Amino acid sequence: METSRDDFIIAIRSAFLKKSNKQRFSLIGLIFFSIILIVLTRINFTPINYLKSGLNEVVYRISFIVSLPEKKLVSSATTIKEHYKMYEEFVFLKKSLKDLEGDKYTLNYLVSENKRLRKLIDEYIINSDELVAKVLLDKESPFLKSIIVNKGSQDNVKIGMAVLDGPYLIGKIVEVNYSSSRALLISDLNSKIPVILEPGNIQSIMSGSGKTLGEIQYFKNSDLKISDNKLIYTSGSGGIFKAGIPIGKLNEENKVEFLSDLSQLTFVKLVSFEKEK
Amino acid sequence: MSVQTKITFRNKLLSSAPLILLYVSVLNEFDFNYLNYKYFSFNFPFILIYYWSLKRSESLGYGFIFIAGLFNDVVVGFPIGLSSLTYLIICGFAAYLRNITLRPNTFNDWLFFLLTILVATSINYFLLISIFEIDVNYYNLTGNIFFTFLFYYIFSYFFDIYLRLVFKKRTNDK
Repeated sequence: METSRDDFIIAIRSAFLKKSNKQRFSLIGLIFFSIILIVLTRINFTPINYLKSGLNEVVYRISFIVSLPEKKLVSSATTIKEHYKMYEEFVFLKKSLKDLEGDKYTLNYLVSENKRLRKLIDEYIINSDELVAKVLLDKESPFLKSIIVNKGSQDNVKIGMAVLDGPYLIGKIVEVNYSSSRALLISDLNSKIPVILEPGNIQSIMSGSGKTLGEIQYFKNSDLKISDNKLIYTSGSGGIFKAGIPIGKLNEENKVEFLSDLSQLTFVKLVSFEKEK
Repeated sequence: MSVQTKITFRNKLLSSAPLILLYVSVLNEFDFNYLNYKYFSFNFPFILIYYWSLKRSESLGYGFIFIAGLFNDVVVGFPIGLSSLTYLIICGFAAYLRNITLRPNTFNDWLFFLLTILVATSINYFLLISIFEIDVNYYNLTGNIFFTFLFYYIFSYFFDIYLRLVFKKRTNDK
């Protein structure tokens, strides 16, 4: 019994303390160093933030280069697929275009009327800054849905800026480095966006689920049926985003299908909003 | 002279292949750990680090593994040092198993790998949840551990072949 305990201790000591021929560091030393880094990160120790920022700059660039062959393969496969679908899409788009032309005239009138009415109630908000950024890295993690873009503090990117794919909201900036930033996508578990469900004017919070669909939480009347192809827009509550940015639509299971394909992002717009003076 | 240089370079490249594979898997945007399938994903660096630390620890230095962990934290967005700690714990388990094993057996290695990833991921996600207050999807996590465990056996088969082909041949050359 005594011998087996001694063997165990010897094996543990040998595994963690001894350095083998080609190892420059002992395992236990590096483990302690990792723990120190974690603790310093937790207490927001300033030099760690500089280290993190420096690492971010280097790793994002390397990661972008390492990912190029895979990106090329994926884009080639997508191009081939799109060529096969082109004719069907052409017929469909021709029909849609006719319908949309009719709607355009009504829409123009409604937009100008909406602007006029919002000014009357002093709620008209405009885009102040708009930047187009390239997506450097798009890590499809089930634990953290985020993208890295190639604009940072040197381009006046600030934490909290909205990230749009065309007209659709896809996330917000949560981390800014000198020449790159990280945007938390709306599909992330930790993303909570105040939204409004139309038609019906239902105020709610949309949360990501860590998957491709979002979830609607805390809507006012819990017994209310919230399906019926409702569209989801930002409500403007909290003042981070302006009201009325389209996000997605509800499916039959009351989950949010995003209007933008979050796995196919190449260029995004970074926008901050302010009230018109 | 030139032929000799070529052979040395090729040998160096072949013996560094596990390290290169580790860095590519950590830095590449495509990651088996984050596949877009429901519940299906596996942690390739765990398999790689455990296998090579167990069978040929000089292929992946602890320092390089530590740096790979830092890179992984940056790419995935985890707090700095977390992946390094997880990777080094796996190295520790592998080194312990190497020390107590007289006759290596793939099945025993496989079972011990399950214990290793259970402990390592528990520490990893305990720190994420309790200290950094990050939400985690437990179904994905369980699926990830299960498939990482299953895929170890398959990858260890291919790594065994690589080990036999590359390193045995090199030993014979000498």
